[in-house]
Amino acid sequence: MIKVNNLNKFFYGKQVLTDISVTFEPGKTNLIIGKSGSGKTVLLKSIVGLHEIESGEIWYGDVHFNKLDFTQMKEIRKEMGMLFQGSALFDSMNVEENVRFPLDMFTRQSDEEKEERVNFCLKRVNIINANKLLPSELSGGMKKRVAIARAISLNPRYLFCDEPNSGLDPLTSILIDDLIRELTEEYQMTTIVNTHDMNSVMKIGEKIVFLNEGVKCWEGSNTEVLDSECTALNEFIFANPLARKLRKAR
Amino acid sequence: MIRFLSQLGNYFLLLKKVFSKPEKAQVYYRQTMHELVFLGFNSVGIIAIISFFMGAVITLQTAYNTENPIYPTYLIGLGVRDSILLEFSSTISALILAGKVGSNIASELGTMRVTEQIDALEIMGVNSASYLILPKFVATLFFNPILTLISISVGIVGGWLAGTTAGVITSEDFIYGIQYSFIPYYVTYAIIKTLVFAFIITSVSSFQGYNVEGGALEVGRASTKAVVYSSVLILLFNVILTQLLLS
Repeated sequence: MIKVNNLNKFFYGKQVLTDISVTFEPGKTNLIIGKSGSGKTVLLKSIVGLHEIESGEIWYGDVHFNKLDFTQMKEIRKEMGMLFQGSALFDSMNVEENVRFPLDMFTRQSDEEKEERVNFCLKRVNIINANKLLPSELSGGMKKRVAIARAISLNPRYLFCDEPNSGLDPLTSILIDDLIRELTEEYQMTTIVNTHDMNSVMKIGEKIVFLNEGVKCWEGSNTEVLDSECTALNEFIFANPLARKLRKAR
Repeated sequence: MIRFLSQLGNYFLLLKKVFSKPEKAQVYYRQTMHELVFLGFNSVGIIAIISFFMGAVITLQTAYNTENPIYPTYLIGLGVRDSILLEFSSTISALILAGKVGSNIASELGTMRVTEQIDALEIMGVNSASYLILPKFVATLFFNPILTLISISVGIVGGWLAGTTAGVITSEDFIYGIQYSFIPYYVTYAIIKTLVFAFIITSVSSFQGYNVEGGALEVGRASTKAVVYSSVLILLFNVILTQLLLS
């Protein structure tokens, strides 16, 4: 479980997150949604410790994460996997080396064991016969899947996904969403996904947190989101004409 | 002034992170081997070409500026040797490497920063500064002295070839000149300077690249800053080291 209490974050004197308190539960796909610039990525990066916060608390289970020093934080980070918006695969390494990297760095497995684990992770995300390809030779969807394979190679307890569907076609987006949900259930991870894709919200949003201009405006699930009375959330959800028509039809 | 001090503080904090205990020696060894080839071995060609022509030009210029019967011609060889040994091979090579290696380091790290590859390393629990920059230090501190020795040798060969081909000095006089009152300490002096310059190039370029914020434009700016700041510091430390080591 990840718990955030009264988190505040400023950039150059401007407040970008205001008093955010939320709990992300294990075994569930937790979504942070909101418009571009609403503070989703800043919140996610604050939770994983890539941004220092001005005030507030971040708890991983019973560990006060933002009070840890660099070395202690590293130990928690070994239990994290993260899928970045642009995949963030290492350019100089091929697919296999990318997935193998955390194993090389943090395990004492033999080469055979590492190879077996790499192939398992790649197969799990449906990447076959691409072990020797470089990231520059992969499509956007493949890059995301390789990044997921790398993120799960050490069996993480926490999975973070920043805009996993950005730049992907609707069908590939569905594949990625399904994959994230399946892996979350399979490994009982605490998964946090940043998105503004309404398909993802409806499909995998077991818990949804809506941010508007750095403030948490609403919290609930995908079964409740369409009936919310939060004006900002409704503007976000029913932003396109088709969604508005469907709303009227309901 | 406050901005400068803040940057200076961040520079030393980065160095502290870089020189912390490596996580896994085997992975660092692999990375170091890669950097040795990439930053060191791949620079041999450019250093050799520049040193060859540098030696040739120094020989011809020395010859044409000492066309006086009271100067023995072997002084050309002596002048070429000392110019190359004391100044050109260490300082000029360092300035060239600041351009080639420095911009390479800054743009590589900058691109990794803006494409979130450095964040990805941090999330895994890897000390990204140490993993990415320490092998570069090892590579440049190990290989740049070798490059300097190559530069000295090729420069002298270039001088000999140009001098004898142009007919300004005989082969015997040139060889006598480069051996005449040779001070071995000058080689040590050149190597010490090279090590300091290698540290400057790697640390300044890494600092610029590692701390990029923004996109492609900022990566380009960081790369330019890396070359400019490294070059200025090389020239400054050249004066300081010369005073300290030769006075």
